[in-house]
Amino acid sequence: MSLAVELRKLSFGYGGGPLVLRDVDLEISAGEFVAIAGPNGGGKTTLMRVALGLEQPSTGEALLFGEPAARFSRRSTLGYLAQRSQLGVDAPATVREVVSAGRLAVGGLFGPLRRRDRSIVTEAIERVGLSASADVPLRTLSGGQQQRAFIAKALAAEPSLLVLDEPTTGVDVDAQEALAALLDRLHRELGVTVLYVSHEFGAVERFVERLVLVRGGIVFDGSPAELPHVWHDPSHVHA
Amino acid sequence: MLELEFMRLAFGAGLFVGLLAPAVGFFLVQRQLSLVGDGIGHVAFAGVAAGYLLGLPPVLTALVASIGGAGAIEWLRSRKHTAGDQALALVFYTGIAAGVVLISLAGALNVDLFGFLFGSILTTTRADLALVAVLGIAGLGTIALLYRALAAIALDEEGARVAGVPVGLLNTALAVLAATTVAVSMRIVGILLIAALMVLPVIAASRIARSMRETLLLGMAIGVGSVLGGLTLAYYVDLPPGGTIVLIAAATFLITSAASGLRRG
Repeated sequence: MSLAVELRKLSFGYGGGPLVLRDVDLEISAGEFVAIAGPNGGGKTTLMRVALGLEQPSTGEALLFGEPAARFSRRSTLGYLAQRSQLGVDAPATVREVVSAGRLAVGGLFGPLRRRDRSIVTEAIERVGLSASADVPLRTLSGGQQQRAFIAKALAAEPSLLVLDEPTTGVDVDAQEALAALLDRLHRELGVTVLYVSHEFGAVERFVERLVLVRGGIVFDGSPAELPHVWHDPSHVHA
Repeated sequence: MLELEFMRLAFGAGLFVGLLAPAVGFFLVQRQLSLVGDGIGHVAFAGVAAGYLLGLPPVLTALVASIGGAGAIEWLRSRKHTAGDQALALVFYTGIAAGVVLISLAGALNVDLFGFLFGSILTTTRADLALVAVLGIAGLGTIALLYRALAAIALDEEGARVAGVPVGLLNTALAVLAATTVAVSMRIVGILLIAALMVLPVIAASRIARSMRETLLLGMAIGVGSVLGGLTLAYYVDLPPGGTIVLIAAATFLITSAASGLRRG
């Protein structure tokens, strides 16, 4: 199976400062559903940013689908859900407007969306179960529904790799469960590679094939069932 | 009122200003950059002063200075070495200080600075109107072309960056649009009040609009209403137009907030 993400002997420090990541080797195959977890400040978001080519490694290399991540030629096929604090959840946008934004890189920068792009947007809204709220202002929805809208935005790009950064922050436990089940279904239906980056992994523990724990480097990489008990996520009911 | 040429010129320019300022301000507000217009306005003051010093049309020199100031704010912000508010403060105070020094060097402290700072209905010339019309149409055309891209970045800049959207280029385009708006509007609303016309109609519209598109269009309608209403009041009651326009926009915010409260019950 081809590799979606490859990190080889990778180290990284911000602005030439102390290393946040040290000697990281990681391979994620296309089609995998992987949780990348670890304590806050452990380097998991940095690892994800380097993997996506948003930061240049200090040493080693990062590849996306076999190409250097920073110069990846098919960026429009990367679906990304940023941390909630970086999203315009208070903008007076409808769900459809949010999801349409995900079609920008594929549909072109200029003028209105074409008919085909609009139908892909509608399909993405259906997939996350928000059809009834498609033309409702985002800010009137619950935190969980808002996250679903942004997941639909990422899906609208018809991504080959879907990366979610702390998707359950500010979302209650029930909504976390529903979000995890949704991601599991999307992963199985679409065959998309999913990277779930979070300090809480309890919600997805049942669904992911692989758990990678990051704390300055990779301290665990395997099936959640093999995870030593002391590292289970105490924040979640399934811990 | 409209039999007077200076009022026809002011209304003509006001129409473009009323449409353009909230249209550009819409994207600044969504990105929590509401005070950027203020920062650029202060740099525009330095541009006006440079115009007097060099004997060039102040609107043109203000346009050049505004684009420089907007570019500086965006550059400092995007490098992330300087926090957004610090970048703004740096440009803000440098602009106003350069303006004071240049206007003094030009020996023009006695010229009609009040009109530039707070707006005037008497100062719009035919040449000003032509420039305002050209820049206004160019600005509105650019927004129509880039609406989807600018809105997408306002919703999720990092996601757009990951997907390979040229975020830096679009941010620069927005900075140039903001600078153009300041230069276009300064005769009517005044350098110190233009930022209010970019922001207040948008936040007034956002209280009752139910989508981004609706907020933009309603904001532009409130902008035009505020400018034309403000100019009319300024003419009949002999008030400064900039302040009158902004007070009408602020009153609209109170009205839409009350309407929003009533709707929610």
